[in-house]
Amino acid sequence: MKARKTPPFVISGARVIDPSSGRDGIFDVLVKNGRIAAIDKTIAKDSVERIDATGLVLAPGLVDVLVKTGEPGAEQRETLRSAGKAAAAGGVTTLVISPQAEPAIDDPAMVDFILRRGKKRAAVHIVPAGGLTKGLGGDTLAEIGLMGEAGAVLFSNGDQAIGNAALMRNILTYAKGMDALVSTRPIEPDLSANGVMNAGDYASRLGLKGLPAVAEQIMVERDIALCEACGGRLLVDQLSTGAALDVVRRAKRRGVRVSCTVSIHHLTLNELDVGDYRTFARLSPPLRAESDRLALVAGLADGTIDAVVSGHDPRPAEEKRLPFAESTPGAIGLETLLSGALSLVHNDEAGLLDVMRVLTAGPAQMLGMSCGTITVGASADLVVFDPDKPWVCDASKLRSKSKNTPYDGRRMQGRTVMTFVQGVRVH
Amino acid sequence: MTKRYKDTFTGPHLLGIAGLNRLEVDSLLDSAAGYVALNRRRDKHLDVLSGRTLVNLFFEPSTRTQSSFELAGKRLGADVINMAIKSSSVAKGETLIDTAVTLNAMHPDLLVVRHSASGAAALLSQKVDCAVINAGDGAHEHPTQALLDALTLRAHFGDLAGCRIAICGDVVHSRVARSDITLLTLMGAEVRLCAPPTLLPGSAHEWGVGVFHDMREALDGCDVVMVLRLQRERMTSACVPSTREYFRYYGLDRAKLSHAKKGALVMHPGPMNRGVEIDSEIADDPKTSLITEQVESGVAVRMAVLAALAGGAS
Repeated sequence: MKARKTPPFVISGARVIDPSSGRDGIFDVLVKNGRIAAIDKTIAKDSVERIDATGLVLAPGLVDVLVKTGEPGAEQRETLRSAGKAAAAGGVTTLVISPQAEPAIDDPAMVDFILRRGKKRAAVHIVPAGGLTKGLGGDTLAEIGLMGEAGAVLFSNGDQAIGNAALMRNILTYAKGMDALVSTRPIEPDLSANGVMNAGDYASRLGLKGLPAVAEQIMVERDIALCEACGGRLLVDQLSTGAALDVVRRAKRRGVRVSCTVSIHHLTLNELDVGDYRTFARLSPPLRAESDRLALVAGLADGTIDAVVSGHDPRPAEEKRLPFAESTPGAIGLETLLSGALSLVHNDEAGLLDVMRVLTAGPAQMLGMSCGTITVGASADLVVFDPDKPWVCDASKLRSKSKNTPYDGRRMQGRTVMTFVQGVRVH
Repeated sequence: MTKRYKDTFTGPHLLGIAGLNRLEVDSLLDSAAGYVALNRRRDKHLDVLSGRTLVNLFFEPSTRTQSSFELAGKRLGADVINMAIKSSSVAKGETLIDTAVTLNAMHPDLLVVRHSASGAAALLSQKVDCAVINAGDGAHEHPTQALLDALTLRAHFGDLAGCRIAICGDVVHSRVARSDITLLTLMGAEVRLCAPPTLLPGSAHEWGVGVFHDMREALDGCDVVMVLRLQRERMTSACVPSTREYFRYYGLDRAKLSHAKKGALVMHPGPMNRGVEIDSEIADDPKTSLITEQVESGVAVRMAVLAALAGGAS
C-alpha cells in the first residue's frame, strides 16, 4: 500500500486495545501519512489535529474473511461500494471477498478485477479469495499458483463443499507446493441434501428438513485427515457445531496446520431464533442448538477459533420473502459484526481482548497479512467504538443494499463511532 | 567355480534397471559406445544376430522406441517383425498370456514388450522361452531409456560421480523417471526431483533423491536438467490446473535454466509438449539440448542389449 499524504492527527484518551501486542490501556496514537507514527501515554503536539476519544475504545480495524457481495453478476444484492460503506460503518477495514460471484473468481484475471475494482470503488481494503475449482464446480483444480501471484490471499469453493475426497486430496497436495491456504466448507453433501435448518426437535416440530450436525463433523474429520496425510494448510470455514470444533481442537494439539472461523451469528444466536419461520435466520451453516453455541463460545476463549467472521451474504427481499424452505440462506453482517461480538463481552461470555483478537490479529495472522495491528509503522486502519452505547438494530437503516439480518429488532450494546483506513476517516 | 557376481550383462532378460549391478551397466555402456561409432559409419551392418528373430510387441503406441529397436535389430542382422496392437488378436480379446504362448510357439529369440500395465514384461518373461526386453511397463520401468540417458551423459562427463542432475516434471506417472533415478544414483550422480507435489510420489523423499517444488531451488548448481513429458493421458484426476500455470512454475525456460550451472545440459525423453514442460528456445538450442543425441544413443544402447541377450554362438 502506498502512503497517503494526509495531515497528521492524534487520537487521544482512548482505551487502546491491540491483541497483536497485548496492549490494553489509555494511550495517545499519532497517525502520519496513513501510518501509525507513535503510541504513547501522552503525545503533546499542538500543531496537529486532536481527536478526543476519551471513554471510547481504539482498536485495529476489523478483518472479515470470506465476505460475499453481488459484484460482479448480482449487483442488486450488493456492490463492492455498498459493502465498503457497510464495512466502514461496522469498523471493518479489510474484506476478504468470497470467490462466489458470477462469473466465479477462479482465474488470475478475475482476481485482478476484484483488486482494481475494490481500490476504485470501496472505502476499505478489498482483497480477493480465489476459487479452489474452476467455476466452483467441484471438478477441476483452479489456477491456485497464478491467482496467488495476482493477489488472492486464500482459496475457497464458496458455500459449496468439495464432495470428492480424491479431488480434495489433490487440492491440498497441490496447494502445499504453492504454500496456499485452502478453505473448506464442511458440509457432507449427501447427508445435507435438501436440509434447511438444524436437524433436531425444533426442525421436527416445524416440519422442516434438517441439516444434521454430524454432516459437519464428518467433513471436518475428513479434511483434517487429508491435510495431515498430504501436508498443506487448511482453513475450516464457518464451523457451527461443538463436535466439529472439538475435532479442530484435537488436530491443533497434534500440530496439524489447521485454522477455523465461526460466524458471529453462530456465537450469538441459536436454532430457536428461527422462531416463526423467520427466513432472515435461515443461514448456511444453519443456526444450531444452544449447546453448540456454548461450545463455540468456549472455543473462542480457549483459542481454538482463529477468526470470527460476519459471514456477510446479502440477499434481497425476492430471495427472502418466501416460505422458509424456499428462501435462500444467508445473512448480512458487516455492520453488526462488532456490536454482535461486544454482546459476548456484555454477557460475560468472553473478555474484550479475546473478542478483539478473533476480529483483528487472529484473521490477519491466519492469512499472513500485515493488517489488524496497532503498532508503530503499521497502516492506520483503525476503529473507534463506544463499547456500551445502546441501540436497536433496524434492518431498514443498515447500509447494505440487502437488509437480511437476523439481528433485526434486536437490542444491541456497543457501536462504531469512527473508522479510519490508511489514516483517512471513512466513517 | 561360480561367480559371486556378474561382471558383464548376460540376461536372461532386461526387465528393469533394478537388479543390475554397476559392472553389468558398465559392460552394456562400453559395448553401446562401440555401436555409436558403428552407427556413424556408412556401412552399419553386422551379423551378430544373424538368424535370430526379434518381435516388437507394442501394446501402447510408440514411434521412437519401436523404430529404435527395429533399427537396432536390423543393423545386427536379425529378422524383425512389429506386432501392432490394432491389427493383432489382442484387439479381439486375447489375454496377454495367450498372446505370449502363441508368440512363443513361433520361436522368437527376442521379445521387446511395451504395455500399459506395470509388471507386464515380467509376467511375459515367465511364459516364454526367449529373452524379454521391457520397452516400458506402465509407470514402472523403461530400462533402455535410462541406459541411453546414461550413455549420452557419459559421453559428456566421462564419470557421472558427483554430477548433479535434476529430473523435472511428471515423476509420478513416469517409468522413465523410475529407471533413471535407479541408474543415475547407481552411477554416483546426485539426483534431484522437482515437480508440483501432485506429480511426485508421496514417498519420493525415501528414494535417495532431493525433493523440490521450486525449480529455482532444484536447479541450483545442476549440471543436467532432465525434463519429463506431462502425461495428461494418464492423469485420472486433476493434478495440474492448466498448462499455462504448469509452464509458469515448471516449464523449463531460459529464466529457470539460468539457476543451473553455467553451460548446463538439457535432456527430454520425448515426445515433447513444447510450451508446456519445455520452451522451444531451450529444446532447439544445440548448445544446451542433448535431445537428438539421446535418440542416437538409443539405437546404440538397444544394439548392445540385443547383442548381450541373443548374440554369440547358440
